[in-house]
Amino acid sequence: MFRQAKWSEPLIFELSVKGRRGFLVPEPEKEVKEKVGSIKLSEDMARTIDPDLPELSEVDVMRHFTRLTEMAYGVDNGPVPLGSCTMKYNPRIAWEVASDPRILGLHPLQDEDTVQGLLEMIYEMQKWLANITGMDYCSLHPAAGAHGELAGILLIRKYHELKGQIDKKTEIIVPDSAHGTNPASAAMGGFKVVEIPSNSDGNVDLEALKSVVGESTAGLMITNPSTLGLFEENILEIARLIHSVDGLLYYDGANLNGIMGYARPGDMGFDIAHLNVHKTFGAPHGGGGPGAGPVCIKDRVVDAEKNIRLSDLLPGYYVIYDEKTGKYRLKAPGENSIGFLKAFFGNITPLIWGYTYILMMGNEGLRKVTELAVLNTNYFMKLMENVKGYEIPYGKGRFRKHEVVLSAQPMMEELGVTAEDVAKGLLDAGFYAPTIYFPLIVKEALMTEFTETETIENIEKYAERLKEISRIAYQDPKEPKKWPVNTSVGRIDLVKANHPSTVTPTWRLHLKRVKGEIK
Amino acid sequence: MSTHPWIPNSSHETVKKMLETIGISSVEQLFKDIPPEARISQEKWMSLEIGKGRMLSELEAKRIIEEKLSKNKIFNPPPYMGGGVYPHYVPPLVKYILSRGEFLTAYTPYQAEISQGLMQAIFEYQSLMAELLQMEVVNASMYDWASAIAEALLMSVRVKKGRRKVVVPYNVNPFHFKVIETYLWPQGVRIERVRYDREKGSIDIEDLKSKVDSETAGVYLQYPNFFGVIENAKTVGEIVREKGALYITGVYPVSLGLLKAPGEVGADIAVGDGQPFGLGLNYGGPYLGIFAVRYDQNLIRQMPGRIIGLTTTQEGGQRAFAMILQAREQHIKREKATSNICTNEALAAIGVAVYLSLLGKTGLRKLAELNYYRAHYAASRFSEIGLNRVFSGEFFNEFAVSLNGFGKTYREVHKKLLDRGVHGGLYIGHLYPELGEASLWAFTELHFKTDIDKLVDLLKEILTGGG
Repeated sequence: MFRQAKWSEPLIFELSVKGRRGFLVPEPEKEVKEKVGSIKLSEDMARTIDPDLPELSEVDVMRHFTRLTEMAYGVDNGPVPLGSCTMKYNPRIAWEVASDPRILGLHPLQDEDTVQGLLEMIYEMQKWLANITGMDYCSLHPAAGAHGELAGILLIRKYHELKGQIDKKTEIIVPDSAHGTNPASAAMGGFKVVEIPSNSDGNVDLEALKSVVGESTAGLMITNPSTLGLFEENILEIARLIHSVDGLLYYDGANLNGIMGYARPGDMGFDIAHLNVHKTFGAPHGGGGPGAGPVCIKDRVVDAEKNIRLSDLLPGYYVIYDEKTGKYRLKAPGENSIGFLKAFFGNITPLIWGYTYILMMGNEGLRKVTELAVLNTNYFMKLMENVKGYEIPYGKGRFRKHEVVLSAQPMMEELGVTAEDVAKGLLDAGFYAPTIYFPLIVKEALMTEFTETETIENIEKYAERLKEISRIAYQDPKEPKKWPVNTSVGRIDLVKANHPSTVTPTWRLHLKRVKGEIK
Repeated sequence: MSTHPWIPNSSHETVKKMLETIGISSVEQLFKDIPPEARISQEKWMSLEIGKGRMLSELEAKRIIEEKLSKNKIFNPPPYMGGGVYPHYVPPLVKYILSRGEFLTAYTPYQAEISQGLMQAIFEYQSLMAELLQMEVVNASMYDWASAIAEALLMSVRVKKGRRKVVVPYNVNPFHFKVIETYLWPQGVRIERVRYDREKGSIDIEDLKSKVDSETAGVYLQYPNFFGVIENAKTVGEIVREKGALYITGVYPVSLGLLKAPGEVGADIAVGDGQPFGLGLNYGGPYLGIFAVRYDQNLIRQMPGRIIGLTTTQEGGQRAFAMILQAREQHIKREKATSNICTNEALAAIGVAVYLSLLGKTGLRKLAELNYYRAHYAASRFSEIGLNRVFSGEFFNEFAVSLNGFGKTYREVHKKLLDRGVHGGLYIGHLYPELGEASLWAFTELHFKTDIDKLVDLLKEILTGGG
């Protein structure tokens, strides 16, 4: 039976005891101090009050954060079936490699000759990712999926700018089932977002698409399989449509885990794709990051006369191999590049994690990953067919890929029991909950993805728990409102958390409010 | 290899059971809705270069990786380099806490009740950073310093409606500036540059006054600046406020053990990189973009990124934590979101929280003093061999020196240092051609006196000797 630790752990500030220290900073050497003399800083800039950081011993700090980990939950603790987030096992061999001092200790500006091993790994990774996606080049520069999306959108913008048509190419088309980052990225790239609906098969409504595609279409962003877990069957037709108006087709790689080794964005007509190394390639999510979001392109001609290709537009440094010297080199972005999205190279730790994962999987393993992820999804969907209180909207009779979206709409309508209540009931049984209320086109959505990681026993137990929740709800609809009870705390007051007069993002603000310094 | 260690259901028996339940005879049938033209055949897939083609055991993979890692050179002491990120000591406890699977393998805490520990740790990061910066509101992190500045400038344009210009001095980090340009270009925001004082290295106040006007949404100032020179951030703040623009300051956070915090110099938004606080150099990332604002509902509502807030449970009023103000974020606001940032650098933020908890109130000051002393010692030893500072302004732990007059390029000197197992500073002559053969040197607690003395001896030999 699941019971999470309930420590009522004080804040680190409340644990502070004057005079304690957790880390000894060495004194400057005597000669150093003598030569330099006293510290001279202008009155305007010298700090006069020490920041009120807590004072703790190393033991205090260790115990505090250890207790906090006991009130947290990751893939190492149990199933995390968060749809579209692709929570798979994070093999520790990759941790060992990524945290090796020969990677951790490298300065991004240090001499290229001294980082040859790392550059070689990046060079290989660039090639592997291009092959996996069927694209020509991948830049490993962006720091996360949404960062890769922004890169992709800026590539589209630059493409139309270089072709002298950006004034009329003002719109990016996005399906209504898309991740929220897609429209947000398009807007950051200076485009107007045009949303198109899905049809009951779960595909993009082609007629609706045709009615919006035109002169002003700069591109279309789509994930395939979609957030409904369904493969977009008309993808080739969609690609033709977008290309017919010189728009670019953008692939959101969040759901790649469902087709690796079976289909590639590059073969479906996509021009640009981003990947999530912290999803598809086994890097951990770290409670919200760091991630890595490589952006890949088909090397389309942008301007034949000036010999500009899409690869010239890629962001950040690209690693090349110099045959003559036998050395790996960083190629800086040229004048037509969209430039840099972060100060230095990409997020190396997750990239090395992904490198290790792909190295150990190879072609054979990645295909197996896809097969088992998809098999797990469809096995679960079968177990959930005709369970009272739930339904499986869109794409009736179709197999799912990486995920399946259930709806608790019947339970909501009949009993007032919501997807959120169901989620809390799952927590109580020691499962993390699925992604809820997404995609927006499914009411009371429970978007479930097991990946290749989950055991058949856990999938069955999870389905059993969903059925049990339904049984309890139909007996007493008030019961689910009390959940969760087995977690560190019970249901949280989100109104208080968000109200302007009580919103508290830092302890400093809390103390000021208590003292009446801030209202 | 039929059952893979990371794929528990891949045994023949389990696959068979699942296929039977679904009512199909082969796994391939699950992919029948993929149009043939969009599919890749097994033969073609297997012919591509991906890893070694087949699945490898850990033992095989380790052998391959070890061979690659051995080609990277680790310097002890580390490179005398800053430029925005700095070699600092990483306490093992920080690494240990970050390796705990409950933090490491968690997702964004969408389910608050089962993720309290994670959220409390992030809240503590925000709160520790708030003390350090003397600001009231801190988000749960941006990608790095550069992206944080870019988002801050975009935010200033949203807050100061109708103003379409931002002001950025030439002496801010040029690696950051490139990112600012990328982010601002699609929004058509104009970037105006401000000159620096050639003698002191700090911002040219007169030039600043002439460039900040009623069109200016935000002004960015870095202190210490790219040359390591400490700006008078207070004076600059007064000029910016007078023109009604938002004041954005970027800080190298270790320096705050000695310098006034953004909140004390009147910043509206503070940014920086948490990397020096217990995160590795990692050849460029992951780092930690710091993003903070003063308490103002209007600023808070326009902030990018995730924020964790303190609240209570519904029943009983027990203390609890939750993600707050999500209405700003892309999963609700979609194209009207304050930014597209979703996955951030949460784990790095927790690392910084552990680090700052260890360092404590007096530790930070002592660390800053040590960095100051080492760098000032080095600067004075450098000048003994004729390597003089380019700028006269006060500095913290980084400074520019010039080789002009030595008849050697920095590249030659650098190469010779490398041959002797020492990694020198950062050449900046290509970034600031007006400075000639200038290079930038940073010193931290990892560069001991004996290291500096050895470096000075080597430099003397290289600069004065023929070979």
